Amino acid sequence: MVSDSSVHKSVVIKSSRAAVEALCSQLFEAAAGRDFDGDDIFAIHLALEEALLNAICHGNKQDSGKTIKVEYFITPAKFEVSITDEGTGFDPDAVPDPRAEENLRKCSGRGLFLMRSYMDTVEYNKTGNCVHMVKHKSKAPNAS
Amino acid sequence: MDKVQPKIAVEYGKNTTIVTLTEERILDESEVQALSDSLMPLVEEADGINLVIDFGNVKFLTSAVLGLLIRVSKKVYESGGQLKLCGINPKIFEIFRITRLDRVFDIYDDKLQATQSTDPA
Repeated sequence: MVSDSSVHKSVVIKSSRAAVEALCSQLFEAAAGRDFDGDDIFAIHLALEEALLNAICHGNKQDSGKTIKVEYFITPAKFEVSITDEGTGFDPDAVPDPRAEENLRKCSGRGLFLMRSYMDTVEYNKTGNCVHMVKHKSKAPNAS
Repeated sequence: MDKVQPKIAVEYGKNTTIVTLTEERILDESEVQALSDSLMPLVEEADGINLVIDFGNVKFLTSAVLGLLIRVSKKVYESGGQLKLCGINPKIFEIFRITRLDRVFDIYDDKLQATQSTDPA
């Protein structure tokens, strides 16, 4: 059954793979329940994985004692999430374009680019330790 | 010691080593590391390997896997071999396309095409 309600929550999870997986499952279920299609959920999944992996690896430096704050707002029209780690942040504008010829064969540096490619909005706070992402539902709302 | 989970199946063609990725989802560093631990010895033990990696089972991956593929590719070409990718589903191929890695890797529709491009007639 498709839900026409919204869900808005703020949670703090452990900086661990298991915690990320459990949270992601809940978020995908919430999006699917609001009739986001497979392409939208794939895009949200990819962006969430990249952002949360960045938070665990780069922000929290693999310290499982640290936490990640995740605030999400899912409506029948859009999926919005903010992810904050305990790191010192980074300058997203300083990340080189991985598609540039000189970067094409580099082994890293594609995560942020994929987040920007698959989400409609990707913004960082001034510190660079909080990313806010929005994905609008691609398909028109069901008129029936 | 943690048990290393198998991440690949390997078969040997006339002139080709075919690696099928067995996982549907390859996500975090530990999973990519496990895949790397399975793939790299194949490349390092055979000079000039003609390696085909079949993505037919893979439904989701992250940028960490792309990084591993670049590392594998460098090793393969340094040893005089070739690397072909195949069986990439449309959603995953889109990741290769928008990152322009479809220009870096030799990508084929399926295992047959990939092996035929490597095996001499």
